[in-house]
Amino acid sequence: MLRDYIVFLARAFVLSFSGSRLFYAWMALLTVVAAIGGHVFCRQLVDGLELTGMTDQISWGVYIANFTFLVGLAAAAVMLVIPAYIYRNQDMHDVVLFGELLAIAAIIMCLLFVTVDLGRPDRFWHMTPYLGKFNFPSSMLAWDVVVLLGYLLVNVHICGYLLYMKYLGRKATPLFYMPFIIISIAWAVSIHTVTAFLYVGLVGRPFWNTAIVAPRFLGSAFTAGPGILIIAFQIIRYYMGYQISDRAIHTLRNIVTASLLINLFLLSCETYKEFYAASSHSSSARYLFFGLEHLGHYYGKLVPWIWTAVLMQLAAGIILIIPPVARKIVFLNIACVLANIGIWIEKGMGMVVPGFVPTPQGTVVEYAPTWSETLICLGIWAFGLLLFSWMLHLAVPIMMGKFSFRDRVGVATEAESKAYAA
Amino acid sequence: MPNDSDDPSRTGSSSCRADPGQEGMGRRELLKAGMGTMAALATLAGVTAPLLSLRDGPSLDEFLQRHYTQLTPEMMEKILARIEHEIAFRYGVKTSVRDYKPIPDVEFAYALNLNRCNGSRRCVYACMKENNIPLDHPEQAYIRVVELDNDSLDLEEGNVLYNHDQVPQEGKYYIPIQCQQCRKPPCTKVCPVQATWTEPDGVTVIDYNWCIGCRYCMAACPYEARRFNWSRPKFEPEQINPDMGYLSNRIRPRGVVEKCHFCLHRTRQGKNPACAEACPTGARVFGNIRDPKGKINFILKNKRVYILKADAKTIPRFYYFFDR
Ligand code: SF4
Repeated sequence: MLRDYIVFLARAFVLSFSGSRLFYAWMALLTVVAAIGGHVFCRQLVDGLELTGMTDQISWGVYIANFTFLVGLAAAAVMLVIPAYIYRNQDMHDVVLFGELLAIAAIIMCLLFVTVDLGRPDRFWHMTPYLGKFNFPSSMLAWDVVVLLGYLLVNVHICGYLLYMKYLGRKATPLFYMPFIIISIAWAVSIHTVTAFLYVGLVGRPFWNTAIVAPRFLGSAFTAGPGILIIAFQIIRYYMGYQISDRAIHTLRNIVTASLLINLFLLSCETYKEFYAASSHSSSARYLFFGLEHLGHYYGKLVPWIWTAVLMQLAAGIILIIPPVARKIVFLNIACVLANIGIWIEKGMGMVVPGFVPTPQGTVVEYAPTWSETLICLGIWAFGLLLFSWMLHLAVPIMMGKFSFRDRVGVATEAESKAYAA
Repeated sequence: MPNDSDDPSRTGSSSCRADPGQEGMGRRELLKAGMGTMAALATLAGVTAPLLSLRDGPSLDEFLQRHYTQLTPEMMEKILARIEHEIAFRYGVKTSVRDYKPIPDVEFAYALNLNRCNGSRRCVYACMKENNIPLDHPEQAYIRVVELDNDSLDLEEGNVLYNHDQVPQEGKYYIPIQCQQCRKPPCTKVCPVQATWTEPDGVTVIDYNWCIGCRYCMAACPYEARRFNWSRPKFEPEQINPDMGYLSNRIRPRGVVEKCHFCLHRTRQGKNPACAEACPTGARVFGNIRDPKGKINFILKNKRVYILKADAKTIPRFYYFFDR
């Protein structure tokens, strides 16, 4: 048993480094970008967060913005899990694993984004229960760490178990994964809700202190995640030769359409409240959509961004609600890209930054990420993509039966496999 | 992402290329994997190169230090000595760092007379000097003074950056804002590691050696009272106030949060905070709210008192009042 597993790991390790030229080029590119990000992060460790554009007034920036977006991406896997395992939809069943792998990559990126945002990453261990002093259940950030790590473990288990069984050519025992599937469904909703509560629970920030944040987060997550998967599926189908039915893609299209419309509806509810009943609590929304006048200066860096986001989502919505157009894969792809960029802006910077403007003392300060911040973000994204590509590179051959226990010619000895692992 | 299966000439056997059983193939793959590992190590070295110039990284003792509430007096002794040593090493100044404990039956409160405050910012400068805030970082000051028109109470119409030759300006009044030492502090609630908490004498403090620098408390504070150490503070030796408290004005490390602590290294020894001492108009009244005959209770009973952002229900220990 254990020996088979070691051999599996060794073979997987070797397989990780074999592939076509294109595969190598792609992985090398991602590695370079990730390495640049890592290098800049090491500089940030030496010089401190002064390398970022953040200030005492706007104390969270593009790191936390990306974090928020990615939690949504991770949660979105549930949109495949439910039809695949609960409704036993065969098309979804063939692809659900990709959604779960994306969730794993996304969570790891989330954790990286939190880490690079910390002033003292060396003290991360203070968050471990018993060893450190974990402020649970009072702090929503503590909750977030718990739910993110839990979700990561659940998904690693599900994917790892199912793939290894497939590799061995054995039938997976439902008892070993179905309970975790059920848990992961509830858990997916919880990770994004907790992330929303992180913002919602702050009395001093009226822009966030509104009950609609969690539903909005879920709406945008279920648009963005399946949207990205639609594109990923086509890439997997084209380059890796794994058969994914058009029906799977169009099931996802329906999910994207419904979620996008819900997201736009919730956004309009929020803007109605902010602008019709405009109180001093609406200043942040005014800053976001129209800019603010303060002591004779105009501040409106986010204005073009948020309007781009809204227009992109509207355009995506229009494409998606006209079925003959949306069924054309080109338009569907355009809609998915537009919706994703729109949501990335809206719930990233468009959510985080205005919460700090104007400040509780009434001043207006603006924020823009610096180069090092941007490079670190790009690095983490590249690392996440690298991880996702690598997982696909191993998972797809297993799922196609091309990388399996049976096709070993001869049996490697323990020593041999150790040599491979080393 | 593509693997070799899109290449028709290679399909079939391609999946076995990683097979340990096939001699020649295996060696080539092994070589490739080895080269990959080498490349990875080289990249790693390049990535981490900047760390070689890290000068203010934590020592092992600092890294392993426990939470303030878990420290025995002996551990605290050692820590204080270590901090003194670090400051001497980095800034060339001999200091005394002590861990001042709360006085029993004392709960501090502050009252500020808005009729008297003239916006001179003397409190701000005194605070910066007392609390070792680098002078080239005025935005780091714990106190900000908001200038408002006489007819307005809306902070959003205020100006914290005013710069006049003469204060007070005609038709203006001034509200200094610092940590309000809330009875229901939103900041301590959100801290994931309990690095900030309220002491028995009502002062919310931060263990600068425990804070992980997530800045969640800054987002939570409705008064914008918290500051972050974006970089390591720089001082000339003569700018440093050598009388330091562990939870108060000792030089903060980079990457942690700080804020007003009612000068507890002074007030726990029966002195006034530096800002109250420096105020030229007597606008600032500091005292023990548990003393029924004290100044604070006199003001609460006899003046028109109001608190900042009452709707946040944080119930501050900082009061503003009007004489008339
Ligand atoms: S910045 Fe420090 S004190 Fe503030 S919440 Fe984070 S760990 Fe706690």
